Amino acid sequence: MKSLEELKAIREKMQGQIGIRNESSDQTRVVVGMATCGIASGARPVLTALSDAVQTKGLANVSVTQTGCIGLCQYEPIVEIYEPGKDKVTYIKMTPEKAQEVVEQHLIRGHIIQKYTIAEVLG
Amino acid sequence: MMTEISLNVLDIANNSIRAGAGLIEITVQIQRDRDALTIIITDDGCGMTPEQLKSVEDPFFTTRTTRRIGLGVPFFKMAALSTEGSFKIDSTPGSGTTITAVFGLTHIDRMPLGDMNSTIHTLITLNTHIDFLYTYSFDGNQFTLDTREFRQVLGDVPLNSPEVSAYIKEYLTENQNEADGGYHI
Ligand SMILES: Nc1ncnc2c1ncn2[C@@H]1O[C@H](COP(=O)(O)OP(=O)(O)OP(=O)(O)O)[C@@H](O)[C@H]1O
Ligand SMILES: [Mg+2]
Repeated sequence: MKSLEELKAIREKMQGQIGIRNESSDQTRVVVGMATCGIASGARPVLTALSDAVQTKGLANVSVTQTGCIGLCQYEPIVEIYEPGKDKVTYIKMTPEKAQEVVEQHLIRGHIIQKYTIAEVLG
Repeated sequence: MMTEISLNVLDIANNSIRAGAGLIEITVQIQRDRDALTIIITDDGCGMTPEQLKSVEDPFFTTRTTRRIGLGVPFFKMAALSTEGSFKIDSTPGSGTTITAVFGLTHIDRMPLGDMNSTIHTLITLNTHIDFLYTYSFDGNQFTLDTREFRQVLGDVPLNSPEVSAYIKEYLTENQNEADGGYHI
């Protein structure tokens, strides 16, 4: 049985560091549609890939969250990106691999990957 | 339809979250001697009236036209019943809901359990305002994950901080392995 001692060690290490993660207005929000339609078409691994990549890249100003049905079930999994002061970007038919690209290109470098966006795919 | 039972569990738990639950209990129980895989999801959310319950379980018989019909509960029910299992919802308005699905463990139409740990990890780290009590039991060998216990140790270190998130992943993987010896379910 994995022990709670390890968890204690984590707390001791992290105490004093908390409060750094501010949910302020310069936060970028990455939102994954996780209703039945989203989950059935593969949203869970997409969400995991996004959370993992955001964590390993140390993107402290990005939060990954879930929402219900976005109303475009046939284009799930859907990922929406809300950056302060910019228009929402909607990526459709996502996969864990595409999600990783979105983190690299969009979230880190600021380049929207047009070919995955709803605007581009639907013409 | 879902491809894994663990995806149904994620979807059904999202109903509990939407119902305003503060505590969600999820139990996965494998009993080879009874040839049964049982999933129980209990919440302390808003609950449903008997009429609501009826239209949720049999959405195609409802007269409701004001909104699209939900698919989550019917999917889960169908998945269980197609394995000669059983399905039951107990709900009380104002106090909560319990959904129990029993699958025939070796039935040919049973979907794999899939990545239960990913479902639990996703639920915990994305809903840090809610408590989860997860119990996994394989032929009587069991372990639990109780976020209330974790919170007590952690103080104000959040459950979704990278270190804690990694710990939760390991906790689930190691303890499941200890309980079922890596048995493919
Ligand atoms: N645990 C619960 N507590 C309270 N109400 C619930 C619960 N589970 C289901 N319901 C009610 O039953 C309805 C149907 O649920 P169901 O999961 O089948 O569809 P849905 O969530 O509306 O849509 P989706 O197809 O995205 O799942 C919900 O909208 C909700 O009103
Ligand atoms: Mg649902």
